[in-house]
Amino acid sequence: MSFLDVMNVYPLIGVLLFIVLSPLVGGIIFGIDRIITARMQGRVGPPVLQPLYDIFKLFEKEKMVIHESQNFWIFGYLIFMIITGALFFGGSDILLVIFALTLAHVALILGAFSSGSPYAHIGAERELIQLMAVEPMIIIAAVGFYEVTGSFNTLDIISSGSPLILVLPGIFIGFVYILTVKLRKSPFDISTSHHAHQELVRGLNTEFAGSTLGMVELAHLYETAILLGFIFLFFGLAAPIIGLIVVALIYLIEIFVDNATSRVKWGLMFKSCWIVTAVLGVVNLMALYLI
Amino acid sequence: MESIIFLILFPLFAGVIMLALPNGRGRDSFVNFAGVVTCIGSLYLLYEYFGKGAQFFFVDGTFIDPLITVAEIAIGLFIIGMSLKFRKYLIAVLAACQMALITYTDVVFEPSHYAGYDLFIDEFSLIMTVIIGVIGSLICIYATGYMKTYQEHHKDVKDKRPLFFFLMFLFLSAMFGIVFSNNIMWLFLFWEITTLCSFLLIAYAGDEISWKNGFWALLLNVIGGVAFAGGIFFINAFSSGSDIYLNELLTSSPGIALVAATFIGFAGLTKSAQFPFSSWLVGAMVAPTPVSALLHSSTMVKAGVYVIVRFAPVFEANLIGIAFAFIGAITFLTASAIAISQSNAKKVLAYSTIANLGLVVACAGIGTEEAVWAAILLIIFHAVAKSLLFLSVGSVENQKHSKDIEDMGGLIAAMPKVALMMLIGMAGMFLAPFGMLISKWASIHAFVNAIPPFGMLLIAIIAYGSGITVFFWTKWMGRILEVRTEREPLETEASKPEMRAILTLGALTVLACLIFPLISYTMIEPYTHTIYNSVSPLLSLSNEIIMLFMVVVVILLPVSLFHFAKGRTLRRQYMGARVSEVSGEHLRFLGSMGVMKEAELSNYYFEGIFGEEKLNRAGVLSTILIIVMLFALVSWFVPLEVIM
Amino acid sequence: MAYITKSPWIIHYDASSCNGCDIEVLACLTPLYDIERFGIINTGNPKHADVFLVTGGVNEQNRPVIKNIYRQMPKPNVVVAIGACALSGGVFRECYNIAGGVDKLIPVDVYVPGCSAKPEAIIDGVVKALGILEKKREAMKKEAGN
Repeated sequence: MSFLDVMNVYPLIGVLLFIVLSPLVGGIIFGIDRIITARMQGRVGPPVLQPLYDIFKLFEKEKMVIHESQNFWIFGYLIFMIITGALFFGGSDILLVIFALTLAHVALILGAFSSGSPYAHIGAERELIQLMAVEPMIIIAAVGFYEVTGSFNTLDIISSGSPLILVLPGIFIGFVYILTVKLRKSPFDISTSHHAHQELVRGLNTEFAGSTLGMVELAHLYETAILLGFIFLFFGLAAPIIGLIVVALIYLIEIFVDNATSRVKWGLMFKSCWIVTAVLGVVNLMALYLI
Repeated sequence: MESIIFLILFPLFAGVIMLALPNGRGRDSFVNFAGVVTCIGSLYLLYEYFGKGAQFFFVDGTFIDPLITVAEIAIGLFIIGMSLKFRKYLIAVLAACQMALITYTDVVFEPSHYAGYDLFIDEFSLIMTVIIGVIGSLICIYATGYMKTYQEHHKDVKDKRPLFFFLMFLFLSAMFGIVFSNNIMWLFLFWEITTLCSFLLIAYAGDEISWKNGFWALLLNVIGGVAFAGGIFFINAFSSGSDIYLNELLTSSPGIALVAATFIGFAGLTKSAQFPFSSWLVGAMVAPTPVSALLHSSTMVKAGVYVIVRFAPVFEANLIGIAFAFIGAITFLTASAIAISQSNAKKVLAYSTIANLGLVVACAGIGTEEAVWAAILLIIFHAVAKSLLFLSVGSVENQKHSKDIEDMGGLIAAMPKVALMMLIGMAGMFLAPFGMLISKWASIHAFVNAIPPFGMLLIAIIAYGSGITVFFWTKWMGRILEVRTEREPLETEASKPEMRAILTLGALTVLACLIFPLISYTMIEPYTHTIYNSVSPLLSLSNEIIMLFMVVVVILLPVSLFHFAKGRTLRRQYMGARVSEVSGEHLRFLGSMGVMKEAELSNYYFEGIFGEEKLNRAGVLSTILIIVMLFALVSWFVPLEVIM
Repeated sequence: MAYITKSPWIIHYDASSCNGCDIEVLACLTPLYDIERFGIINTGNPKHADVFLVTGGVNEQNRPVIKNIYRQMPKPNVVVAIGACALSGGVFRECYNIAGGVDKLIPVDVYVPGCSAKPEAIIDGVVKALGILEKKREAMKKEAGN
């Protein structure tokens, strides 16, 4: 039986693999990210598994909150991020995946708002701007997949006969552009940053301590797996090896950009995302009729 | 058929009685009684005609048809009289035009001579009936409590409550009339009644700005009325008269149906406040909140989209439909964007209503089966969630004396019940797995198959619009949740009738999300299947299960609060480690000059990017352009098929 | 094994220090010493931090700030006082507005002497603090168990 047959019969396998493996994979990716970043700065850097140690540590700490309800939103964030990934890797409707992803982020933002803290407030507003900036591109990418493969199901998209990137180059580049925002990488890390030097306090995450922050970080690992999976869709099973290589390359480029640039103002981030979406995404979509 | 006539006439008579009752408990309980009867009546109708498909009824028109003509002339004269009194000559001229057109049609073509079914009911009418009956009467019940407080707070407003309740119930009666009429002449009468009621209700407060906005609403709706009358004239003049019956009209030759649909659809655009006519709905915010709730959720604007969705099959796969779809989509994008820059809660709600109706119109304009399915779902979810939001905002306004979103900070601590209901309503407006998002998902599915390349452009517009929607709703939700200090909740958040209505609507919003597959199977799909002669189910089982699963997760998630409430250390917000103190609602910190400063937070509004004036102008200009093209297209159609 | 020793995040506060020790603290982050090798990150937010590095003799303005930062750090946490001033007030000890040592305000776990303290000494202090962190974590676990 081929991979596709297995997935068709047992979509739960994909779901389980996602739930179990993506924290590990995401953790290793982040660890490599930190090591490469350190090397670029002439340092040695932490162990590969450092991001996972951080998360384990956060769960060991005292549970400190401002209100009890704060954790409820963050728990919702984590749960819906997992549901998003489960839908994505279970081969379901990609529009549902996108909406579930939005729901997860809204929960995170509401958690930050509910703290009533000035720093978290600014971070939450900025995260909202990010959400608004990237949403159009993601929907357009999904519609682009549909136009080529005739289905919104991730399983059908991934098993398309030829790599989608051949007909969707504009959407691909546009998606990579907004990926920087989604991965919270500089220069678009306006709501909260991995790097202390760009940050006044900690933006969106300011008021999350201990296990609450742990859940946020864990959800971020899941999200990274989903986003990289999304990139892989552009290649699918028609060119899996090239797909994996490109995904790795894209992440490498993100790391380089992250280290080579400093944070831009929100206006530039927002406008450039929308313009890139219009120029690359929408035009690519229209051009599909000509092909 | 008796129950249909009962539903049309009962609110009317109940309203007349209210006109005679003095203020006090007696009238309030009568309003409650009438509301409950209307509600039960509509539910009984659902029970009676559930699963029976389309039913047509013949009514002996010997007495009714002259009566309708007389009523139409009376309304026309009243409008002319009012506008002359207030020196609004343009409205008078337009109303005179409209009256002349209708009288001319009545006298010359004598449409009453044709035999046909005057009343009908099908699944779509049933859905509308339940929306009008249940939500409309809940709003009336809410109004008994609200108006009492309103009059206490607004001493300068003349107490005209008997008239108020009469108009509210007349409105419901007219709405029932609209959804049951198969005869377009009848439909037009009820249409005019809603125009008149909305005008008088918007001007309720009687001050200068209320009259001004009332007349503005009247003007735009009369423009639509003229188009409607023109449509009727056209049908009578250029087609066999039996086409005045909706069921005949929809299946008549494309030329006739399309032209009639364009005229009546244009009237629908004015009534459902699409760009360029959107300004009246925003102006209507001066009215008391129950009026806004009624106009926005179950009546008026819904009448507009109702006729457009009725004509949707005519719009399938042609450029006229695409033009309507673009008006809807541009309205969706522009109105959502304007909502970002507004801090007045009612204005945000108004713009979001306009936006959502734009989405409905866009779906109807595409006119495929899937699009109509999405449009009807949108109507349902929008009605429940939006009425809930309006009523909640009204109650907050009565308590806090402000409808500014900035004043709602930490509402969840001060008024937990109302705030929770508001959150449910907002979630229903934009979040998966709640209502509107299901419809948005369906509309994207529908648009991808529209005529290329227009379908893609529409999707791009929807994609941008949905990002914007997330922004303005979430920042409002955040504002409500933003608790800076612990507070004791208010003892009474709202009067009993208000609370009753709000809680019921909250439950209905959640219920609608839970049973929407059921609604889809038993009501919407049978309707679309009859119209489009198809059998395929529109919603795949697996997606349905996923959505229901997500709803259940959202409902169960609060259980986690029990866990999270245990063993937590509570610490105040990080204020740069400065000395900080909490007193009442205030969070203070030691400023650099050694003085305690209040920490104040406010949302982003982006006046520069999403300014109301700028975007309004852009939206109005672009939609006027599309309307001009629309009529150019129509005039191209008319000679081709009709005159020859 | 407690993961807290593998990822101690620090917050660094300058309590009216002459900046000599602060520069040495920051030097630990440079390529030469690179404390991120041990998973150490400089956070800037007490709610995320495990290790509190304080420099300087603590004047009147700093007193409430130090207490606030300490209070807002979730347990288990440790305080490392760096430099002569933070230990005892140093040459400013007799000043009218100097507390004379961080431990007058909050419990200090590790004292790193020096004027200014060398980066090697600071790293050594933090590593010592990790042992204390682990013990505190054990104690917390036991308490939760009871």
